[in-house]
Amino acid sequence: MISLTINGASHALDVEEDMPLLWALRDVLNLTGSKYGCGVGACGACTVLINGQAVRSCSMPVGAVGGGRIETIESLKQGDTLSKVQQAWVETQAPQCGYCQSGQIMAATALLRAKPRPTDADIDAAMTNICRCGAYEQIRAAIHRAAEA
Amino acid sequence: MAGFKVSRRLVLYSLGGVAAAGGLAVGIAAMPYSTLPRARELVGKDGESVLRTWIRLGADDAVTVFVPHVDFGQGSQTAVAMMVAEEMDADWKHMRVEEAPADAAFANGALVRNFLLGNVHVPQALDGLANFGSRRMAQNMGFQITGGSSAVRGTGAVTLAPAGAAARWMLRKAAAQAWGVPLEEVETEASVLHHRASNRSARYGQMAEAAARHDPPGDLKLKERAAYRIVGKTTPRLDLPAKVDGTAHYPHDLRLEGMLYAAARQAPVIGGTLLDVDPAPAMAMRGVKKVVKTGDAVFVVADNTWRARVALDALEPRWNDGANGQVSSGAIMEAMNRGVAGAEFKTDHEAGDAETALSGAATKVEALYTIPFLAHAPMAPPAMAAQIKDGALEIWCAVQNPLGAMREAAKRAGVKEDKVRFHNMLMGGGFGRGGFADYAMHAVDVAKETDGAPVQVSWTREEDMTHDWYRQASVAKLEGGLDAQGRLVAFRNSFSERRDSAEVSALQYEVPNHLIRYVNGLNPVRWGYWRSVDNTLHGFTVECFMDECARAAGKDPAEFRRAHISERQRAVLDRVAEISNWGSAPPEGRARGIALRESFGTVVGQVAEVSVGDNGQVRVHHVWSAADAGLVVNPGNFISQIEGGVIFGLSAALYGEISVENGRVREQNFPDYDMVRMAEAPRQTVSIVESASRIGGGGEPGTPAIAAAVANGVFALTGHRVRELPLRHFDLRSGARRASA
Ligand code: FES
Ligand code: FES
Repeated sequence: MISLTINGASHALDVEEDMPLLWALRDVLNLTGSKYGCGVGACGACTVLINGQAVRSCSMPVGAVGGGRIETIESLKQGDTLSKVQQAWVETQAPQCGYCQSGQIMAATALLRAKPRPTDADIDAAMTNICRCGAYEQIRAAIHRAAEA
Repeated sequence: MAGFKVSRRLVLYSLGGVAAAGGLAVGIAAMPYSTLPRARELVGKDGESVLRTWIRLGADDAVTVFVPHVDFGQGSQTAVAMMVAEEMDADWKHMRVEEAPADAAFANGALVRNFLLGNVHVPQALDGLANFGSRRMAQNMGFQITGGSSAVRGTGAVTLAPAGAAARWMLRKAAAQAWGVPLEEVETEASVLHHRASNRSARYGQMAEAAARHDPPGDLKLKERAAYRIVGKTTPRLDLPAKVDGTAHYPHDLRLEGMLYAAARQAPVIGGTLLDVDPAPAMAMRGVKKVVKTGDAVFVVADNTWRARVALDALEPRWNDGANGQVSSGAIMEAMNRGVAGAEFKTDHEAGDAETALSGAATKVEALYTIPFLAHAPMAPPAMAAQIKDGALEIWCAVQNPLGAMREAAKRAGVKEDKVRFHNMLMGGGFGRGGFADYAMHAVDVAKETDGAPVQVSWTREEDMTHDWYRQASVAKLEGGLDAQGRLVAFRNSFSERRDSAEVSALQYEVPNHLIRYVNGLNPVRWGYWRSVDNTLHGFTVECFMDECARAAGKDPAEFRRAHISERQRAVLDRVAEISNWGSAPPEGRARGIALRESFGTVVGQVAEVSVGDNGQVRVHHVWSAADAGLVVNPGNFISQIEGGVIFGLSAALYGEISVENGRVREQNFPDYDMVRMAEAPRQTVSIVESASRIGGGGEPGTPAIAAAVANGVFALTGHRVRELPLRHFDLRSGARRASA
């Protein structure tokens, strides 16, 4: 049994230690907001937070998470209230196909917690996720907007 | 299969066709082959009235528009709803969008067929289409009918704005009858009907039921552009809220009771077949239920995706490579090089006498350009699910041609079409890939073997990249002749592998003597529409070559182009020069390149400001785009589409290359088929050039010219002319090709 703390709740999972966290979230716990894009840590579509750090869950075996606090996209909205980052994403109309956006939003959430007023250079350094639709201008604008909110 | 091209633009085309000419008739909604009864059967709902096939109006004023195309990020569902709201005079806050069922009622293919065959006199409304700059759309629609149904989207969009106008008429008619007043005196505004003289008004919802009993006439006028209240104003997209909180559902996200998960491996050579595979190693692994074999693929079915994938890796299938086993991109390139140097061409366009004018030119310029195969690599690798039970098939996928896919799936499953329930879900990027439903059929193949259990099949990124339908590689030999004043008087483009319609290769400059010709048949790699299609070839080759000609003429590249283009193009070129400060000196260590390309009825001019780093790689700092799309339905979204198109083209220009060896695609995943990310993404400025032109597209026109703008900038900075993509193969400090590449 693997025990994980996800979005504040603890879960016991009967899965192999080397199962990537992404698949435990998606297929075992049905938390499908985190996406598969490459499986090799290259795209960031699967980004979640562990102890506040952005982590690519496709490349993180569940056995290595230990007692780390996992946060997924599903945790950001409180009732009907979007998080500041999500709100900024809507205001700048950032998503196109949307498939990368859970990962982008989680990466931006980690960035803003570490650096509440990120510079463009901070954004370049932290936001390494691929958006195949190319919504980078809106994503950058959304991060600045969330910082000001 | 032309669905891709049509779907993302058609919305705009149709309105443009109509809107450009202004106030045209709306015969469509009243065509005799009404699909309305069937639509009422399919989408009817208590307390709501289906006024037209595409429009349902609730007693609470909610308007649901059934949009017959999948959302893959282009925002056209919102745009379509805006068009309906505009013509219907509905209040935007009441608009909803649902994807139309995959049913012939929503394909409305009869309209197109009759239009193409000339059987129906559809007054002016379709004139706009027939004339819209080219016959491209009609061709595409024909293509779609042949393909089975992508006309769904085509005809749907053609029908939607007029359907909105028809719905408005029906509501007015109902009010006129209820109030005993002349129809002409009933006015509408923001979902409310008014009769001023008697000071009466009613909400649309109150008249919905009565309105549904009327048939609209065929001579309704659409609004003039000047009267638009909704179209042309940036409007938040209806699909976005679900895309920021993780609730947007792509096929990958379907979770059903008892659903199994399958991993797929296809013959490594496209066209190859499966000889045999021993299922034992997989069957011994935890969670594995079954190994399924088909003619060209093997699947492992398990209780979750990861277990299925790991077990699939444990198998050692033996394949027959088939006829493509010897295909290699190196040999294809050589064949194309020989082809364009040869004499066997088909002519696309000819004016004057290019041969004579070239040999008599004061200055002759000649260059050979090479561009590689490309994959679509949409953000979401394919996933799909199906269940076959009691002679019925239910399928969940994301395709650009739902009706065609539904029919193919029915055949594959051996069930009747009326026994298929088809769910087209959100598509995590399309770019043309979704026009081919090969992946969706995998769900059917596996569901046949799971004893009634639903099964979700998903591809790895590697499977996606090696089993795509690829943008063709191409070689172009370009020749230009300048007169003593530096005017381009002769031009010849001899290129390999045309896939698009002939008009796309047309020279977009005024040159009295020109010849555009191509040689096909040298390139056996499976081909597919790729964002902006053959515009990606000519956007790079011709736009770089124009730069070469400008240099040979001793002219500024913008000035040089300016002397050879139409007024409409000139307005765009001047705008992009203005917003990029083209005439001013760029910052130290940087230079700017310019390019211009019209595609899908939209003229786009681009300037890229570049530098070259210590690693010899180009860095693109800023891209300015000016675009004349005639009329822009949703400007904010249009700008995002142009910017996204730029990034898409830039990823290809900098990194994109698919290579084939022994019939196998070498590139597997993002590490070796890389993408522009935030740090490499240029800052962007987009300026919309207003014009009275017919409406053009937004999703594709940002893509084709950007590679040339960047390469031209590199030349301006370094004096090195790179005539081959991707740029990563070159050390741009010296212009030398890298040994490792
Ligand atoms: S899916 Fe995890 S980084 Fe791409
Ligand atoms: S919105 Fe489509 S990949 Fe980012």
